Amino acid sequence: MAMNYNAKDEVDGGPPCAPGGAAKTRRPDNTAFKQQRLPAWQPILTAGTVLPTFFIIGLIFIPIGIGIFVTSNNIREIEIDYTGTEPSSPCNKCLSPNVTSCFCTINFTLEESFEGNVFMYYGLSNFYQNHRRYVKSRDDSQLNGDPSALLNPSKECEPYRRSEDKPIAPCGAIANSMFNDTLELFLVTNESDLTLTPITLKKKGIAWWTDKNVKFRNPPGAGSLEEKFKDTTKPVNWHQPVYKLDTDEDNNGFINEDFIVWMRTAALPTFRKLYRLIERRSDLHPTLPAGQYYLNITYNYPVHSFDGRKRMILSTISWMGGKNPFLGIAYITIGSISFLLGVVLLVINHKYRNSSNTADITI
Amino acid sequence: MEQELAVAEEPASPRRRRPRRRTRTVRSNLQPSLGAEDPAAGASKGERLLTRGCVQHLADNRLKTTKYTLLSFLPKNLFEQFHRLANVYFVFIALLNFVPAVNAFQPGLALAPVLFILAVTAIKDLWEDYSRHRSDHEINHLGCLVFSREEKKYVNRYWKEIRVGDFVHLRCNEIIPADILLLSSSDPDGLCHIETANLDGETNLKQRQVVRGFSELVSEFNPLTFTSVIECEKPNNDLSRFRGCIIHSNGERAGLHKENLLLRGCTIRNTEAVAGIVIYAGHETKALLNNSGPRYKRSQLERQMNCDVLWCVLLLVFMSLFSAVGHGLWVWRYQEKKALFDVPESDGSSLSPATAAVYSFLTMIIVLQVLIPVSLYVSIEIVKLCQVYFINQDIELYDEETDSQLQCRALNITEDLGQIQYIFSDKTGTLTENKMVFRRCTVSGIEYSHDANAQRLARYQEVDSEEEEVISRVGTVSQRGSIGSHQSIWITHRNQSIKTHRRTSSRAEAKRASMLSKHTAFSSPMEKDITPDPKLLEKVSECDRFLAIASHQEHPLAHLSPELSDVFDFFIALTICNTVVVTSPDQPRQKVRVRLELKSPVKTIEDFLRRFTPSRQASGYSNTGNLATNKSSHKSGSSVLSSLSQDSMLLKLEERLGQAASTLAPNGYSSQAGQAEELRYEAESPDEAALVYAARAYSCTLVHRLQNQVSVELPHLGRLTFELLHTLGFDSIRKRMSVVIRHPLTDEINVYTKGADSVVMDLLLPCSSDDTRGRHQKKIRSRTQHYLNLYAVEGLRTLCIAKRVLSKEEYACWLQGHIEAESSVNNREELLFQSAIRLETNLHLLGATGIEDRLQDGVPETIAKLRQAGLQIWVLTGDKQETAINIAYACKLLDHGEEVITLNAESQEACAALLDQCLHYVRSKGSQSSPENTESDVSMGFSFNPASTSPASGPSPSLVIDGRSLAYALEKSLEDKFLFLAKQCRSVLCCRSTPLQKSMVVKLVRSKLKAMTLAIGDGANDVSMIQVADVGVGISGQEGMQAVMASDFAVPRFRYLERLLIVHGHWCYSRLANMVLYFFYKNTMFVGLLFWFQFYCGFSASAMIDQWYLIFFNLLFSSLPQLVTGVLDKDVPANMLLKEPQLYKSGQNMEEYRPRAFWLNMVDAAFQSLVCFFIPYLAYYDSDVDVFTWGTPVTAIALLTFLLHLGIETKTWTWLNWLACGFSTFLFFSVALIYNTSCATCYPPSNPYWTMQTLLGDPLFYLTCLIAPVSALLPRLFFKALLGSLFPTQLQMGRRLAKKFPSKYTTPKETSTQAQPPGDPETAFSGRRTMGPSESLPKDRQLACSPEASGEPSALDTNMPLKDDTLLEGLGTQVPGSSVPREAVSEECPGHSNGKPTSESPAAPLSSLFNLPSFSSLNWISSLSLASGLGSVLQLSRGSLQMDKQDSPPQPDQDLRVLGRYIF
Repeated sequence: MAMNYNAKDEVDGGPPCAPGGAAKTRRPDNTAFKQQRLPAWQPILTAGTVLPTFFIIGLIFIPIGIGIFVTSNNIREIEIDYTGTEPSSPCNKCLSPNVTSCFCTINFTLEESFEGNVFMYYGLSNFYQNHRRYVKSRDDSQLNGDPSALLNPSKECEPYRRSEDKPIAPCGAIANSMFNDTLELFLVTNESDLTLTPITLKKKGIAWWTDKNVKFRNPPGAGSLEEKFKDTTKPVNWHQPVYKLDTDEDNNGFINEDFIVWMRTAALPTFRKLYRLIERRSDLHPTLPAGQYYLNITYNYPVHSFDGRKRMILSTISWMGGKNPFLGIAYITIGSISFLLGVVLLVINHKYRNSSNTADITI
Repeated sequence: MEQELAVAEEPASPRRRRPRRRTRTVRSNLQPSLGAEDPAAGASKGERLLTRGCVQHLADNRLKTTKYTLLSFLPKNLFEQFHRLANVYFVFIALLNFVPAVNAFQPGLALAPVLFILAVTAIKDLWEDYSRHRSDHEINHLGCLVFSREEKKYVNRYWKEIRVGDFVHLRCNEIIPADILLLSSSDPDGLCHIETANLDGETNLKQRQVVRGFSELVSEFNPLTFTSVIECEKPNNDLSRFRGCIIHSNGERAGLHKENLLLRGCTIRNTEAVAGIVIYAGHETKALLNNSGPRYKRSQLERQMNCDVLWCVLLLVFMSLFSAVGHGLWVWRYQEKKALFDVPESDGSSLSPATAAVYSFLTMIIVLQVLIPVSLYVSIEIVKLCQVYFINQDIELYDEETDSQLQCRALNITEDLGQIQYIFSDKTGTLTENKMVFRRCTVSGIEYSHDANAQRLARYQEVDSEEEEVISRVGTVSQRGSIGSHQSIWITHRNQSIKTHRRTSSRAEAKRASMLSKHTAFSSPMEKDITPDPKLLEKVSECDRFLAIASHQEHPLAHLSPELSDVFDFFIALTICNTVVVTSPDQPRQKVRVRLELKSPVKTIEDFLRRFTPSRQASGYSNTGNLATNKSSHKSGSSVLSSLSQDSMLLKLEERLGQAASTLAPNGYSSQAGQAEELRYEAESPDEAALVYAARAYSCTLVHRLQNQVSVELPHLGRLTFELLHTLGFDSIRKRMSVVIRHPLTDEINVYTKGADSVVMDLLLPCSSDDTRGRHQKKIRSRTQHYLNLYAVEGLRTLCIAKRVLSKEEYACWLQGHIEAESSVNNREELLFQSAIRLETNLHLLGATGIEDRLQDGVPETIAKLRQAGLQIWVLTGDKQETAINIAYACKLLDHGEEVITLNAESQEACAALLDQCLHYVRSKGSQSSPENTESDVSMGFSFNPASTSPASGPSPSLVIDGRSLAYALEKSLEDKFLFLAKQCRSVLCCRSTPLQKSMVVKLVRSKLKAMTLAIGDGANDVSMIQVADVGVGISGQEGMQAVMASDFAVPRFRYLERLLIVHGHWCYSRLANMVLYFFYKNTMFVGLLFWFQFYCGFSASAMIDQWYLIFFNLLFSSLPQLVTGVLDKDVPANMLLKEPQLYKSGQNMEEYRPRAFWLNMVDAAFQSLVCFFIPYLAYYDSDVDVFTWGTPVTAIALLTFLLHLGIETKTWTWLNWLACGFSTFLFFSVALIYNTSCATCYPPSNPYWTMQTLLGDPLFYLTCLIAPVSALLPRLFFKALLGSLFPTQLQMGRRLAKKFPSKYTTPKETSTQAQPPGDPETAFSGRRTMGPSESLPKDRQLACSPEASGEPSALDTNMPLKDDTLLEGLGTQVPGSSVPREAVSEECPGHSNGKPTSESPAAPLSSLFNLPSFSSLNWISSLSLASGLGSVLQLSRGSLQMDKQDSPPQPDQDLRVLGRYIF
């Protein structure tokens, strides 16, 4: 292998030490870059140089933490577990597998009124929506209304791809396991005669705008939804086909927002999903005044078998989203630790500065 | 068809009984039919074709260094790349991803990284191959004249069309296209000169000779009539050997050797035209066979890294297994529970836990593949390329004189330079200049000390120092205004002087050289102009005059006294016993030769008989005084030479010549005075030239050398032409060379031998002690031996000159054997060797010479620095012990204050006993002195003062061992002891070692001590050592390029080693170590995030990070900043590293990248990933976030953490670092935004549409992105700061110091480059060199005299370690405006007295300071001149010095006597 046989040397014929004159020397360029002399900032990590950083972190983090903590504390949130595992729970009866359509009612009291828009969530625990095979088990093209994918869903949907020789729409395990409890909320306006005022629950506006308008689309074509889905069949676990999810044409089929929300697989096994919106009324009344409420549940969704839990959550929101005490505490903690470390460094710096300075001199 | 290949590989002839394929046979391509005597080649074409078909293909002259063709590129390149295990692994992973059950990503996407890596490498290879192709093409299309059969003349053809067997015609200055057998030359003697600079870098002309039998052809050589067949060896790469024979059509055979072969790549010089037949073409030429391309070594760091990669693999397997088990359990738990999220198999059945676990395992391996850094290897390669680029570009490693910079020939061991522990150095040419200067000689037992010559040599330095003074004054003025305070001046001067030194000398030399010639190899004025010793000169001229009168008598020499006869013979031997080629500078050589009847050296017996008939040939010498022979003027001319500056010398030269001519004219000798022709001597080794120049100084001038005659010009005698019968060349086994001549005056056959004293002294004629003559001889010998020892002690190279007079009978007898040897093909070398030994016996000693091989610039300083840097330096030399020891003292390898253990053993047993004794001695000594003195400076006290190595803590002894003892010591049984002893010693000096021993020593140290070794050398004898060592460094010096060819790095001078190791080596190591650690950290941390997630997704190998981020994270988003840091980061500035070489120890001790660092790093990575995982986890716990909307902030957090982490690790922030970090962040967010907008349904299963956009509107995203990286890095930052404050490493201290005094450690570079006039003075170094031995005094001498210079004595005790600063501070305050030569001040403390030469006070402390047992310092001081101002002061102290010297005998001797018994 004469890899570096240098053509130039042979052709030019110049021995390396030929007096080459001024024009052609191999002297490297004396530039800052080539000589590695670029101007540079050279931080040296010692107690003295680093401690301002710690103090600054502390000074920034603690106020942020307090701010978040206060904001988070101002958020009203109530969580009602209606799984019904406890025998005392009204929904306990629904646990037996024989019961098909089961209704139960749970009453609860709001100690304080909820101001502003209130979000109604259902929460599931121990539900592994992030399981690898589960996450994959969907066909985005089908959900986007692609006619070919509608009739021939992706293989990823197996085994929920076809049923009774018809393609399932929507296919896949995610769709198949869609949450199908119905929750209704009533305010007990009069304790004595149990007058129930239903709370208006808004179905629309709970999904991402892009999901509703871009990612999810019903199959194209004229005619009713039923016609569009006529060659498909419902997922095995569903009671209704996809075109009967809602009566509202704008919230039916693939663009049903409950469905869209469900299809956004949760990150962690304990999660909540937005169920309904309770919009703030224009008058000065709180959205949800303090008082007693009834939660009517159409109990369809079996979670007891795998030790799951079901919850209904009512929450107001702030600029930083829902209630989250952790972040505020975290900021305060980290800020304080940082501050403390700063103090430690300060002490060290003070104590060792003399010696280190003399060390510098004796160097 | 006509150009058909008429060459065959075949058994040369049956009676040779050689195995097939050992030889090659070449015939002319022009002969349609071949000689009948050749059985293998039939007359018919068909038969020839057949022959051709069955023989091995002969390469044509097409050069093809490309690896690939267009078609073969893809498969071949891929095949090569898959030799790398990592690539196979990644492809395996990618393919695994195609299995549906286990796939983690979209199959195509998973291929992306590995394809990317492969593509980058492939493009790199393709580019390299293309540039090779282009250069090949260029070479292949060079033209040359080839004989064409149809046209019956030479026609122009491309190089690539040349075939073996073609006839090629070459003119002067053309490059030889193939290996060509020289058949004819325009030179009347059939000679041709070639320059082999392209091949081996030697610029002297080499003589080549037309094949015997063809030189006789008076008529022009005609290829058409060439019918001979050439038998020669198969192509091989031995440049110095070629054997074969040519069989003429009449059946006559003639041997061929390397003198007949013109090698490809060389250039024809001094010869008008030559012609020859191509023997080897293309890739079979010796030039190409010698080219072995860049070498690939694996560095130590890389080996360690590979080990850690294996740990990562283990970790990966562990994580995957853990996950698999977890998943199995998870599946088992939910199996019966009809979980809604459970996805059954496609057939509806659910997976068994075991199967699920297996699948999970495989998927996990895919998902966590990031842990094995795909891009690590590519990144390292890129970083190393950049490092090599920067090393090449370093202006400080550029040698002005040779216009060469450092070459990195091995691309991938740059970081090894930072970890070297042992340096093995050659002496001659590596530590010394290999420029020989004649110093003194002994003739017939009388010593001629050549004091004037010594003074002259010293004056060369004086001239330099004068010049320098002027410049330093300029420098001072220019800097006084600058804020650069006193500290900077010191550095500036130092730098300036280093830089300018080369420049001045090179300029002066270049001017001179340009006047003389273009290619003068070893002739600086210093070597050429030798001042003769008056006594000897007297004798020579007496002799000359006498002979001129007596020359017509029968036996002119017989009437001379023995001593004068010896003198005469001595100079004749100096002049002719060599292979020096004489050329005149300007015109091609004109041969004005005295035609003898005899054309060539004696080759046959008949020839001999014919030529040596009793009748005396009177034409032996001719008094042709009319030739341009004013050489004698040089004598007077050079003595006139005094303190002239070199520049003006040129002007004076002609004047002097004219003068000389006029003074000589009355004698009737000189004519044509105007024609100042100067002869140039081109010698193969520099000491030959030195001797010829020496003889010329004594008016014994070599004027001609032809193949068969040598002409010597003498002032009175005129021109003597010696008939040169044989030249027995030098070889390293015989260690001598001889010429056989016929003396023109006596017509005797004389043998002149020149060689190492050890061999020549043994070959002398045994002299009987009976007669007076014998006794006299004995006396002469013992005296000569005495002087030889003296020379050796002085560090001179010694040569003995001897003579033998052969009677005709003896000669005839010897000749017969010699001719046989010469014509044999088989083991010609062996026979010639024997023959030479037969001739070189019974010699008569004439005298001996001492040649000085000067130390290279800056060698003592470099060695001292390297020492401080903790490197053990061993010198392995072939020189004799005394010379080696002396050079070792001169270059401060040995210290006068320390003990020297000498190991000279005669037998294995003796050697063992000696070793035991020494070991015992060293141990007992070691227990006395404080243990662990080497470790002391590592701890808290960062002692910049090299006190740890100072004599106070008890110096470890040095070891000197000779070749024979070394052979015993390297035996299996003794090697451990030897190594143990050597390890205890401060330095080791191996004398008289053979190349093989050199490499054995290196191998031993490397394998047994597990140490990083570096071998540096310049000659062919160092090649094996260079190849064995971890890092081989070649010096592109006087002895050709063989060492460079074998080396990994080639430096122009030894002193560049300092910067190469201490600065670049340290940087490369530190950069790479930090980068590798960072890589591991990064990958582990990233994988950690995924792993923690498994606990929350049922160990299902799910990933919250989008597959695109996952795959491109390492490749795109986080790669650039670390590359920039890996290339540019400087932990300590260069000047600081040079100033405090002990910082180098961090690399030797692998402080930056050791297993502990790796594991700490991994733990930190685990911690950081925990933080970066759980902060977002808790922040988003029980929220409505989806997998990938949660995963994106985690990715962003990871990226920010990486960047911040890198920020903590980066020591220097240039704008490039900022840019890279900014770019990385920008790239991630922009890619994410684009990716999340591009397609709503394209990337299942992560449907990332609009995720990033949503997140950017979410305050929670920013809040988590702020807190997670900060809290992840807080501990690291804290501990770094803590360590930095409480337990700073030496590096940190150095960095802090550099920052504290930025002017001192960073600015000098700029100022010096600005304030540097184009050609300024030198002599910092030469001045210092003069001071050489005295410099080896302990450092505190500087302190002792600093008070008087600084004027504030208090500075002394407080600032002992800061001596330079205080010195300069004092200086700065005291002499701000005066023109003190700061050079001297800063270099050497005694130089202070320069400022006030009138004061007598310095003398007293000085003399006491010199009161050291430095046995050679007196010689140095007295014989070499010192910087001018210094001289006067030293004169004062000289008297006391002499006294000191008398009562302090030579130190080594003393040591040896103490040590005992086995010494000398």
